[in-house]
Amino acid sequence: MATTPVLPKLVGQRIKRREDPRLIQGKATYVDDIKIAGMQHLAFKRSDVAHGRITKIDVGVAQAMEGVEAVYTGAQIAAFVPPMPIGTPFPSPPHHAVATDTVRYAGEAVAVVVARDRYVARDAADAIVVSYERLPAVVDLEQAMTGKPTVIHQDFPNNLAVPLVPGGTGVGADSSVDDTAITKAFAGAEVVISQRMMNQRLAPSAIEPRGVVAHFEPGKGAMTIWSSTQNPHILRTMIAAMNGLGQDQVRAIAPEVGGGFGAKINIYGEEYVAAALSKQLGIPIKWIEDRSEAFVATTHGRDILAYVDLAAKRDGTVLGLKLRLIADVGAYNMLLTAAIPTLTMLMANACYRIPAIRVTVTEVFTNKTPTDAYRGAGRPEATYFIERAMDMLARELKMDPADVRRKNFIQPDQFPFATPMGAVYDSGDYEKAMDLALKNAKWTELKAERDAAKAKGRLVGLGLATYVEVCGLGPSSSLPTGGWEHSGVTIERDGRISATTGASPHGQGNETTFGQMLADQFGVPLEHVTILHGDTGVVKQGIGTFGSRSQAVGGTALHLAGGKVKAKMAKFAAALLEASEDDIVFENGRVFVKGAPASGKSFAEVAAYAYVPVPLPPGLEPGLSDEAFFEPANNTYPFGCHISMIEIDRETGEPTLLKLVAVDDAGNLINPLIVEGQIHGGLAQGIGQAMIEEVVYNSDGQMITGSFMDYAIPRATDFPRFELDSTVTPTPVNPLGAKGVGEAGTLGSTPCIVAAAVDALSEFGVTHIDMMLRPEKLWRIIQGGRS
Amino acid sequence: MAQVSITVNGKVRKADVEPRLLLAHFLREELLLTGTHIGCDTSQCGACTVLVDGRSAKSCTIFAVQADGSTITTIEGLARDGQLHALQQGFWEEHGLQCGYCTPGMIMSAVNLLNDNPAPTEQQIREGISGNFCRCTGYQHIVNAVQNAAGKR
Repeated sequence: MATTPVLPKLVGQRIKRREDPRLIQGKATYVDDIKIAGMQHLAFKRSDVAHGRITKIDVGVAQAMEGVEAVYTGAQIAAFVPPMPIGTPFPSPPHHAVATDTVRYAGEAVAVVVARDRYVARDAADAIVVSYERLPAVVDLEQAMTGKPTVIHQDFPNNLAVPLVPGGTGVGADSSVDDTAITKAFAGAEVVISQRMMNQRLAPSAIEPRGVVAHFEPGKGAMTIWSSTQNPHILRTMIAAMNGLGQDQVRAIAPEVGGGFGAKINIYGEEYVAAALSKQLGIPIKWIEDRSEAFVATTHGRDILAYVDLAAKRDGTVLGLKLRLIADVGAYNMLLTAAIPTLTMLMANACYRIPAIRVTVTEVFTNKTPTDAYRGAGRPEATYFIERAMDMLARELKMDPADVRRKNFIQPDQFPFATPMGAVYDSGDYEKAMDLALKNAKWTELKAERDAAKAKGRLVGLGLATYVEVCGLGPSSSLPTGGWEHSGVTIERDGRISATTGASPHGQGNETTFGQMLADQFGVPLEHVTILHGDTGVVKQGIGTFGSRSQAVGGTALHLAGGKVKAKMAKFAAALLEASEDDIVFENGRVFVKGAPASGKSFAEVAAYAYVPVPLPPGLEPGLSDEAFFEPANNTYPFGCHISMIEIDRETGEPTLLKLVAVDDAGNLINPLIVEGQIHGGLAQGIGQAMIEEVVYNSDGQMITGSFMDYAIPRATDFPRFELDSTVTPTPVNPLGAKGVGEAGTLGSTPCIVAAAVDALSEFGVTHIDMMLRPEKLWRIIQGGRS
Repeated sequence: MAQVSITVNGKVRKADVEPRLLLAHFLREELLLTGTHIGCDTSQCGACTVLVDGRSAKSCTIFAVQADGSTITTIEGLARDGQLHALQQGFWEEHGLQCGYCTPGMIMSAVNLLNDNPAPTEQQIREGISGNFCRCTGYQHIVNAVQNAAGKR
């Protein structure tokens, strides 16, 4: 008897990505690669003032240019594009896709051009002349809260977008506040750490800028919209609602998407305008963002100020935490803007047993580009604030930073752990992850190395940070879109498998990981499985990819849908093999009765039978196709520990990252190669924030970091080789035990690098340095002045 | 309009172009070679990198008319006879890409690097690709990919 080659189990293996052949050969289709006959190009005229009333828009020259199809002012656009909706429950000022009478940040759209090609469209946009009555710009967030020099939105006094949300110990569901516990904690403190910390504004900077192609077909009354988005199903919902169409009349497609990092969750004015103009004019419309536009027109991330007070005993036991958060949300609320700082609040408990916590969140409008999600979205900020405070506590008490954490960790037997912030941590072993990081970094030797370097006059420092993150978003109670994910699995007549997922990827490699899962589930080769995504015409339902949810939520939906189909296929096989369906085994491309592989049928034969079921087994419908929604009962809470070593040049203040050791626990891993890539990328963005990235505005509200010449995103020369490892603590929240890993790298990296910088400069008496670690700032500390 | 004759991936292409047309747009819009990407407007990101007469160049920084008479290789022209270039293979094997948007430019820069220095050190690789941004990978797997390709040459 010929032996059938045994198909190896793929889940848990480092499988090369199936996406790559098209990407490495220039054969992938991103949104700017899409061309449709008759398509015209959209360009936006943008405000060059941060705050002003529009007094006049002269479109005469633009309109007369050869090749220009149409020009619209904001007021004209507003006639058919309603104010943009948001996805959070907070009150929000009206926000038009194109400003109608007042501009509130430099870069806000004020007029649009439709033209034959992008060069003409840009020429015409540049030829539009806009006059403004200038208003004072509100730039500093704490000054903004005084209502000075002006109030940006009517009905939002003192520029308070969200006046004050309290949370933590003693805060009731009705927001009633009882201070007893927190007051007691601080009254009993032997040491209190107090620090103002800024988690600075960042530009997400996916290398593919945003873009959209909208194609309304009047004959069908239907819209197709391609967009560089993380969530085509949400795009479909919003485009339909904004254009008076049903969801069945809009097909949204995320083609190849060149990175998102949170900034492509929001549905933007450019998408609404392109769709509405395509409908209005009856022609396909394309808009592709320039990088210069991206800096001002794509949402920013972070920009949260914290006043941190940490109460502890001298043995390092933490007694209480007060965290006053003030978020600069920019000029408007976007889809999730107002919710991001509440995630910082949710995770204020970090990895510790803290008897009393009090957090308040205030969100403030300024004349800047709006903020929204950026990789980590609120959680890196929480980790940064708490871990900086823990590091300062360790320094104050002259304790090893690992020891002060060890003293306060939530213990493995305390899970599920309900925090005072309302989170229920699913599973964890924080000490194990930290111990592995300490071992991998050779912490004791590393400290000796640092001391030896310092003895020679070098400024070398070590930093350590732990983190816990909320991922796998999330139950439907936590997202206005619903927090489930959807998947469909079909065994085709020829025995191949096609599956759909609503988790629309932009670099995460779902075609590979999800393929691995189904190949294992059905015992077929990976090459026989196709994963379809990113097209609402093909993928019936979905939410999208953000909050490290693809695997934990989307992967589980796939697993459940596959299970349903497999159960039905087992019934067909049982009929064919005259056996009990409970005894059917799927393995090596064959379906057989347990213990008798030779007597079975090929996978394709059983599939063919299901589609031509003669005879049809009683109680079965023909065909092999099913779907599943997965609604998680809780979020997942991955965690880890990052350690860094940096050296600062005594003469120039320039910091160099010498070492970064990361241990991350994301639960069970489907493809460790892809997981490593995700962690590397997160680390790169975290290190970027710590060391070189910052969006800076001048006092007029002009962004002075509006290009890659001025806004530094990391290059290959900025990093050492990262040293990764993992512990595996599965989550009970989903049957895969997977927690999510897309954002993890951004969590531990910022506080551990700043801790290392403070350690390196300890001889100068510095206890905290705000990011980013600009050489000038470090040089001033070395010269004797504080930052 | 100006007439240009440019050899792209082995074929002579003639076209009448606006003098201000960028080479990147010429490749993408006129020749439909959309593997060359555009990620910025200040020649920083390198997503548009192609080989001009065998040397890497950022095609958003060159007008098509300046490339008249030159020989250009884009990502689409790198594989030969259905065989992936060693760097394409390296990027695939080492997971040197995620979203893939920077990848064509990154690979073309790496081709230039290995042409100049067939056995670069890690630091030389990092310097050699420092004109190309990647926001997804943190570069480590890209370095591995270039090492993988260098090892095969």
